[in-house]
Amino acid sequence: METQEIRYFQVGSRAVGNRLLDPGRRTAQADPERANALTCGHRACQGCGEALGARYVVDAALRASAGRLVAVNATGCLEVFSTPYPESSWQLPWLHSLFGNAPAVATGVAAALRATGRDDIRVLAQGGDGGTVDIGFGCLSGMFERDDDVLYICYDNEAYMNTGVQRSGATPPAARTMTTQAVGDEPGNPFGQGKNLPLIAMAHGIGYVATATVADLRDLEYKVTKAMGKRGARYLHVLVPCPLGWGSAPGLTLQVARLATQTGLFPVFEAERGEVTSATRIRRHAPVEEYLRLQKRYAHLFSPERLDGVIGKLQDQADRNIARFGLLDGDDAGPSAGPGATVTTGPAATRDEEIR
Amino acid sequence: MRRQIEGARGVAETVAACRPHVVCAYPITPQTHIVEGLGVLVKTGALAPCEFVNVESEFAAMSVAIGASAAGARAYTATAGQGLLFMCEALYNTSGLGLPVVMTVANRAIGAPINIWNDHSDAMSQRDSGWIQLYAETNQEAMDLHLQAFRLAEELSVPVMVCLDGFVLTHAVEPLAVPDQAAVDAFLPPYAPRQVLDPDAPLSIGAMVGPEAFTEVRYLAFHRQLEALRRIPEIAADFAARFGRDSGGLLHTYRCDGARTIVLAMGSVLGTLKDTVDELRAQGEPVGVVGLTSFRPFPMEAVREALGGAERVIVLERAFAAGVGGIVSADVHTALAGLDRRRHTVVAGLGGRPVTRASLRAMLADALAGRLGPLTFLDLDHDLVKRELERVRRHHRSGPAAENILRDIGTVAAGPH
Repeated sequence: METQEIRYFQVGSRAVGNRLLDPGRRTAQADPERANALTCGHRACQGCGEALGARYVVDAALRASAGRLVAVNATGCLEVFSTPYPESSWQLPWLHSLFGNAPAVATGVAAALRATGRDDIRVLAQGGDGGTVDIGFGCLSGMFERDDDVLYICYDNEAYMNTGVQRSGATPPAARTMTTQAVGDEPGNPFGQGKNLPLIAMAHGIGYVATATVADLRDLEYKVTKAMGKRGARYLHVLVPCPLGWGSAPGLTLQVARLATQTGLFPVFEAERGEVTSATRIRRHAPVEEYLRLQKRYAHLFSPERLDGVIGKLQDQADRNIARFGLLDGDDAGPSAGPGATVTTGPAATRDEEIR
Repeated sequence: MRRQIEGARGVAETVAACRPHVVCAYPITPQTHIVEGLGVLVKTGALAPCEFVNVESEFAAMSVAIGASAAGARAYTATAGQGLLFMCEALYNTSGLGLPVVMTVANRAIGAPINIWNDHSDAMSQRDSGWIQLYAETNQEAMDLHLQAFRLAEELSVPVMVCLDGFVLTHAVEPLAVPDQAAVDAFLPPYAPRQVLDPDAPLSIGAMVGPEAFTEVRYLAFHRQLEALRRIPEIAADFAARFGRDSGGLLHTYRCDGARTIVLAMGSVLGTLKDTVDELRAQGEPVGVVGLTSFRPFPMEAVREALGGAERVIVLERAFAAGVGGIVSADVHTALAGLDRRRHTVVAGLGGRPVTRASLRAMLADALAGRLGPLTFLDLDHDLVKRELERVRRHHRSGPAAENILRDIGTVAAGPH
């Protein structure tokens, strides 16, 4: 993504970015003509990362496809809060079938469009981590293997949130959920190998895999736009904090997501055909504790006593990610080398502190 | 023009003539030859435009069909036995959403124990799924039913499964007439969906429906199947007028005039049954046959009328409801409510056990002599059953029943080495 140098002088404000850029470089959300595909009135919780992410993703996909887009949604929070009978928040053709079949249904839509000579219309599939990493995994793998022309978005809030916060294959170690409660010898989710869907997608050799978070919405839009410029199976894994399930303040959703990336716990990168093509460097490296302390799902790591061993293991995990993806490589003082970043000059360090 | 071909091939070629846009393929014996045949037709361009999708499971097969149908394409798949169960959630989703998918079910037994041969337990297990179920007596009828199925499904927005007996029909090679493409096109217009995912007219499909409206939505599904009761004979009549043969309809009767005993059955066993009845009729016995084609919707009035004149009704079934008895029988008994008739359920042909003329002759002889009870498992080896029951009584750790019985028959080695 091209970057533009701007001069920003306002201290203490978060209103930075779009209005200082050339119109052509502004986000889809800045456009008054935006599709507003997920319009207001839905029933998402205050501070829902998924609602924010979906709005950005679908509007970007609609802009990239000139409005020629069909969305297929798995069962889950997004589907439930966006379509409470008799209302729907969606302003594009939208299909919800079952929990575990969104990738296969999307494959069917794409096949139908191709067979009927309408493959100018693009297909977007959406699911949560439960519907993607667990129950929809088989169908997702099949879609990847066939290289079906579908962009699949996983909104990862790291548990089955819609059913009341139960553990999924994407739940991080030590996190409290209703099926991995903070009791016993190993409170919270056990430490295992994890289930890294972006890496699994890469192992399928598909044309585009990327991770993103709602902390960097320009990056998210950029990656959606880039994915829409390609055909075949594509996968985007978006970290979306859930204030209810994570026990974080609704107003801190973006900050929590940013800390996930700045600790290294959630690496932000792109890959094509199994090879990493870019990784977003960490701008301000934070210790995992800064991230964990903002979420009650990790409260048991600090109270009634500190579980230093567990915190240490989480730190190790973050450090391994940093090493693996080179997230701290290169010149720390300079701008981030990764894509989706707006180059700014000015007191960046001060601004970050003030946001905190 | 008839060609000597395998039943499965006949189905494949007929389905191809129906111009499906999307065919989802997952292999399971004994339907696999159908999707293989369609795969060749798509790959060689004989069937075009059509997307042939090799999916990763039957659940995926039906899901791909759901997406395709909702996007405005004519969608088709085939399955059998375990595969039908694996897509169960998706079956209900298809009918609940009102998507006119057509599927062939090559009837196969449901395990455990695993069994690849023919009975009706697979389709019977999905009788409440909201799909229309049509049972073919012959391969020709199976082929013809697919034409009628697409038309019926698309008119009513109800998915249709065409059932034909696995192996018995699918793998039989016989002279079959694949309908001419021009005639098919005249009979089956292009798919005009009632609901479609279209950027020019966006809508949401698949919303959650709460207690305030669920009943009404589901009632409409019930109502649509009642509509089918009316349309099925009409479509069959149109088919007969255009193609010159009787296929489909709700049911057909065979030698029921003056019949005092009537046997009702579905599927390929009807052939053997009719031969047996011919023998008895030649001996002066007033016996007749009702071949039921439409099981869902169940044609209450037509069945009552067809059976009403007989004093004795035997329902010959290729499945059963554990803890109850007959499945088709239950619906037949409802149809005969208030009529005082001798009623018998005979469960035959489970897991592909051949239903022979000799067995049917003996069954009818028992019936005519008043020896037939209310529920009979035809050709049951009582001795084998007794031995296993005795084993269970004697030892707590009696072992898996299937292996024990197979050992008794001599199919597996007797005991540990």
